[in-house]
Amino acid sequence: MANVFSNKARALPQAPSPLTQTAFQRILLISALVVVILVLAILLSLIISSFPSLKAFGLNFFFSTTWDPVSSRFGAVVFLAGTLLTSFLALLICLPFSLAISIFIGEYFRERILSSLLKQVTELLAGIPSVIYGFWGLFVLVPIVRNLEMKLGVLPYGVGILSASVVLSVMIVPYAASIGREVIALVPSDLKEAGYSLGATRQEVVTKIILPYARSGILAGILLALGRALGETMAVTMVIGNSNIIPRGIFSPGNTMASVIANEFTEATGALYLSSLIEIGLLLFIVEVIINLIGRYVIKRVTVEV
Amino acid sequence: MRALFAILLTLSLFFFASLSWAREVELVGAGATFPYPLYSKMFYSYWRATGIRVNYQPIGSGGGIRQLVNLTVDFGGSDAFMSDEALGKAPARILHIPTCLGAVVLSYNLQGNPGLKLTAEIVADIFLGKIKRWDDRRISEINPDISLPDSDIVVIHRSDGSGTTFVFTDYLAKVNSEWDEKVGRGKAVSWPVGLGAKGNPGVTGLIKHLPGALGYTELGYALLNGLPVALLSNKYGRYIEPSPVSISQAASVNLPGDTRISITNADAPLAYPMSSFTWLLLYGEQAYKKRPFERAAELVKLLWWVTHEAQKYTEPLHYGPLPEQAVMRGEMIIKSVTYDGKRILQ
Amino acid sequence: MGEDRIKLRMVKDRAFIGGVVVLSFLSMVPLLLILFYILRNGISSLSWEFLIELPRPVGEKGGGVANAIVGSLLLVIIASLPAIPLGVSAGVYLSEHRDGRLSSLVRLAVEVLHGTPSIVLGIIAYLWLVTTMGRFSALSGGIALSIMMLPVIVRATEETLKLIPDSLKEAALALGVPYHRTILKVVLPAGLSGIMTGIMISVARIAGETAPLLFTAFGNPFMNWNIIKPVNALPLLIYNYATSPYPEWHAIAWGASCVLVGLVLSLNIVARIIASRWKVQF
Repeated sequence: MANVFSNKARALPQAPSPLTQTAFQRILLISALVVVILVLAILLSLIISSFPSLKAFGLNFFFSTTWDPVSSRFGAVVFLAGTLLTSFLALLICLPFSLAISIFIGEYFRERILSSLLKQVTELLAGIPSVIYGFWGLFVLVPIVRNLEMKLGVLPYGVGILSASVVLSVMIVPYAASIGREVIALVPSDLKEAGYSLGATRQEVVTKIILPYARSGILAGILLALGRALGETMAVTMVIGNSNIIPRGIFSPGNTMASVIANEFTEATGALYLSSLIEIGLLLFIVEVIINLIGRYVIKRVTVEV
Repeated sequence: MRALFAILLTLSLFFFASLSWAREVELVGAGATFPYPLYSKMFYSYWRATGIRVNYQPIGSGGGIRQLVNLTVDFGGSDAFMSDEALGKAPARILHIPTCLGAVVLSYNLQGNPGLKLTAEIVADIFLGKIKRWDDRRISEINPDISLPDSDIVVIHRSDGSGTTFVFTDYLAKVNSEWDEKVGRGKAVSWPVGLGAKGNPGVTGLIKHLPGALGYTELGYALLNGLPVALLSNKYGRYIEPSPVSISQAASVNLPGDTRISITNADAPLAYPMSSFTWLLLYGEQAYKKRPFERAAELVKLLWWVTHEAQKYTEPLHYGPLPEQAVMRGEMIIKSVTYDGKRILQ
Repeated sequence: MGEDRIKLRMVKDRAFIGGVVVLSFLSMVPLLLILFYILRNGISSLSWEFLIELPRPVGEKGGGVANAIVGSLLLVIIASLPAIPLGVSAGVYLSEHRDGRLSSLVRLAVEVLHGTPSIVLGIIAYLWLVTTMGRFSALSGGIALSIMMLPVIVRATEETLKLIPDSLKEAALALGVPYHRTILKVVLPAGLSGIMTGIMISVARIAGETAPLLFTAFGNPFMNWNIIKPVNALPLLIYNYATSPYPEWHAIAWGASCVLVGLVLSLNIVARIIASRWKVQF
């Protein structure tokens, strides 16, 4: 029986060459593979370059407070402390604002012009380069903190943990708000209506029904914000005081993992010094990956629930 | 789609073409911030005069040495000369050419910009955290005419690997055994107290804005920014003001052939005790990593110019010009630079 | 008694919405403050000369940021050349292979890349390019930046193409259009707005990055178009000048910040306009 479509086949301008077909699909496949290989290569490079430091200090690296280039003894505790302190403080400061934005956009003024205005503004906030945040922080925020410290009778450094945390918190507000506002908007109406029908006020519906329901999404946003804060370099290094000591309070200067790499990398004389800095970079990388994975897991649960 | 492809293609061609421009000589150097205002002026003038671009990035003496050892720059700048051990670990023989003299000064932020007198012991104790307040008895004792505030001293030090730090700690280690034990000398040390700032500019900037701050920086930086500098007592007990004159006094010593010498705590009675040479470092044998001859020749010409004609830029910027013996030593060293075994300069 | 309870709850209700509104608007304050300060301090530096001239030596007045603008442009081009084709290809792969072990692995890799701190990418570029090439260069800085662009472009491509109904693709295939033509000439053009948005946002992201350039691009007081030589960039210049003690340099840094923020914000705004106006509706 003649092929019904055989005429059509001959009428086509060019027959597809099987070579170009599979070549194209191969290109797509290779691109995908390149991405994966890239990540593995990054991890491998970091590990290999950290070997001297890993061998010399081992686990002690994560418990030692010494960072002494003269005697070539290095330990990361000081920077871990600085990083964790500034990041969590920043998270704490930004939380009320991010939650407020999420609730504003997701519940109270959903679909209104005011909401899209707020959304645009917060997204623009996320777009400002971190060196500009640092510049602004150095010239505007630090003098204010300095005056505060003088009034409080503390050493008026101006720079320090507090300044760094405040600048960081401004930077991460959009991230913490991002996922939360979507999830809050997606809470099913029948749940909310059930609350109203029982006589609950709007505030009670928000705090007792919406927020608990949306908590995974809010948590995911918080993790995103935490990830951003942990890896932030420029804004922090300009206002944290660059002192390799464990901070004694929020007015104390300190240093973070990303900041010490930025400061000391180009001049780490000595293979062990450089290797220790790279090991800190490796640590930063791994911490970010873990937070990312946890965030991904949380988001997956959110999408399943909704 | 086709237009996009065409754009990509032309851009790629553009980039491959630019690879050939690599033959245009542009010298790349990195290192000390100590002489940066001077080098910045020198290299700009050199470009104006000869068209040769010299790209010097002030990343700190530690950085300069590191990048030279890594073979990523043509020359390094450092106020801390390389130790025998460091020289031994380098891939090849490295030469030190002195370029000028400078002073590490104590600068501070006090009302009225008074001319403070300080001794090495006091400075050491401040940076060790033992003297915490401006109106400490030991400071007010030697500064009876100055009313010192009842406030904390905010100590500023370097956060990067610095030759200036080396000069500072080297001096303190020479005159104060506690400092030698507890902290030692180096381009980067473990500071007991204080805030860290990047580069001499960073330290100077912090001092400028922090009331009650005290930090060490290069003389030119302090003066260029209108900051007061302390008079430091030398080994003869005299309080010396840092200036090109008192700095040159410290350099009136016999220099070794390779010019690697520390002139802190100098013997001359009118010498400023924290003076120092600063050097440009390069490899003695320039034919490494397939470096073209032109590059090596330009580098050597530049170094000759820096140690001769460019010396006129030093004093207006508060640096000390090279003493004659240093220039002569420098000439011998520059003449010894070879390419493929043959001397470049005849 | 019951009435008091109700009154209390009403008060809490009002207070709550008041708090939400106040906090939300307060969070806009930093953006306005930053823009205000940048404009106020930077506008006096802006001039035609500022954009065309090269920097002057330390302590001298005048000069401009031309080399930094050119350097930033160069870096963006170098970063985009590998990132766009690679990112779009990978994104197409992911949207074509929704399930599959490799796809989940690729998505994981994209997430990891997205979350990698930019300073770590600077370390990588230094290890891979600077030490091997024996020099600092715009190329090494550009590569570090292109790694940063990659995840954004992959995600934008995948998300955009996921929204295009399969029927479009299947109709083309049914007509005998070869697979690669279907993707290149039917599917991708349909998703162009989303992909362009992704590209512009990733460019905005890297245009302002400093950390990866610290030990790759290195900086340069002169103009440089050559990719294998060190180059200056706007964020690098701002960082160096802002942390210096010279008021002339601070003024230049404010001016450069004006230029940079203006550039980045315009890119963001244009990207959003493209996303909303040119979206192909199905």
